[in-house]
Amino acid sequence: MRGMPVDIEAVRRDFPILARQVHGKRLVYLDNAATTQKPAAVIEALDRYYRNYNANVHRSVHKLAEEATLAYESARQEVARFLNAARPEEVVFTSGTTEALNLVAYAWGRANVRAGDAIVYTDIEHHSNLVPWQLLAEAVGAEIRVVEVDPEAGLDLDRLEAVLDERVRLVTLPHISNVLGLELPVAEVARRAHQVGAVVVVDAAQSAPQQPIDVQALGCDFLALSGHKLYGPTGIGVLWGRYELLAAMPPFLGGGEMIRRVGLTRSTFADPPARFEAGTPKIAGAIGLGAAVEYLEGLGMDRVAAHDRALAAQAHEALLEVPGVTVYGPPPDRRAGLVAFSLDDIHAHDLASLVDTEGVAIRAGHHCCMPLHDRLGVPATARASFAVYNGPDDIEALVRAVHAARKVFNR
Amino acid sequence: MTADMYREYILQHYRSPRNYGRLENPDIVHEDDNPLCGDQVHIEVALDDQDRVADIRFQGKGCAISQASTSILTDKVKGKTLEEIKALTKDDVFQWLRIPISPMRVKCAVLGLMVLQAGIHHYEARRGR
Repeated sequence: MRGMPVDIEAVRRDFPILARQVHGKRLVYLDNAATTQKPAAVIEALDRYYRNYNANVHRSVHKLAEEATLAYESARQEVARFLNAARPEEVVFTSGTTEALNLVAYAWGRANVRAGDAIVYTDIEHHSNLVPWQLLAEAVGAEIRVVEVDPEAGLDLDRLEAVLDERVRLVTLPHISNVLGLELPVAEVARRAHQVGAVVVVDAAQSAPQQPIDVQALGCDFLALSGHKLYGPTGIGVLWGRYELLAAMPPFLGGGEMIRRVGLTRSTFADPPARFEAGTPKIAGAIGLGAAVEYLEGLGMDRVAAHDRALAAQAHEALLEVPGVTVYGPPPDRRAGLVAFSLDDIHAHDLASLVDTEGVAIRAGHHCCMPLHDRLGVPATARASFAVYNGPDDIEALVRAVHAARKVFNR
Repeated sequence: MTADMYREYILQHYRSPRNYGRLENPDIVHEDDNPLCGDQVHIEVALDDQDRVADIRFQGKGCAISQASTSILTDKVKGKTLEEIKALTKDDVFQWLRIPISPMRVKCAVLGLMVLQAGIHHYEARRGR
């Protein structure tokens, strides 16, 4: 029900892994921005597929193939609804965010970006939203323009305006930074980018698990997400693209499934999404992702968003009470569901290893954002990120563990 | 248990590393980092006329494991020949450390040895061996 908070105890019962212990302690899993745990609904969907109707999709005409195809395409419809896509054909299943972004960079990028054109991205991108564009720019001779984002205040739209002109073909940005927990104003960025005729690509790897996504309201052209960060299986992800754009794009990978007719020297290609799903698709992955999306819709993404943000705000404030802690990113009231921090000059890996002995799983490192860490002036940060099964008791455990780590280092 | 990685003598080496700093006229100078963690180690070695380590210094920043293990390494290799150092393996490092190194932290523990051995290879290549 809307307005009601997430029932944490009930949700925890949905995630079998939370019953296990780590180093003899209750598992406190706060590495959700890396990957979330899976509800029984997802695990059972995979199990059902493999036990009862495992078959290849689309080609064979037997009963199992019919059931598998139906389940695979139903998952596409679930995801389309989850993203408020105009039609299910706009949902392309990929192996994850990385492949989705590369698909755009290769298929759309190499057909539409030429020497002298410009590509715009921010300085807080995950490597998966940096490297494909760097490769594209190098291949075609395009220029890269970087918009600096203030880690606390966020994206200043004037800075974006300053780099936008008719030469810009593509603007890409993360919806939520995986280090800062900062949300970027995608709809505003899309409006301005469209004024110069640029296409807008959104890295929604962190936002899709945390808040309702409405691709039509965001006004973007492409949006990428990963299933395993969205309570689904690994190896599945989504590229959503506006149908006209997908329909005008050349293929990415060539093979079976993506063709209309194949001749010995040339072939014609299927319509989207099949054109971009060469080979046997990630059938089980898509079915698992469909189950994950259904599970989240049962909880209500508005409630999930409120839950994750409340925990992150609480964690931010609690960590600041620990002497020597620095928290990176926006203030608690504007923070999405994760908190990156450091403790004095203790290396993040030492901190994460010590916290692990208390059963608390956090991430330490540059989180695939080396340019951003250069900017923050630290080689690595520790990061706690929240999910539907986390509660205030997890934050208490984290803060206790950080205090214990301080003691080890005599701070 | 991971806490065992942070025994007091490890933290001692981390807080007050041995052989820290630079040399006047080093024969071998090498540095590298572990891009995954951002650990960095810079090592300088002065050799005697028998190609033994006469003196060694290091500087670095990074996690306690990488810095403490490099500190211990510098003590252990004094007086050793280049051949002896080239034969060292990560198991030698683990024995010196006397702590259980979790699989995710092996790269931290062996960074110093990797830097020293790479420095020796560069040195020998320069001298045309």
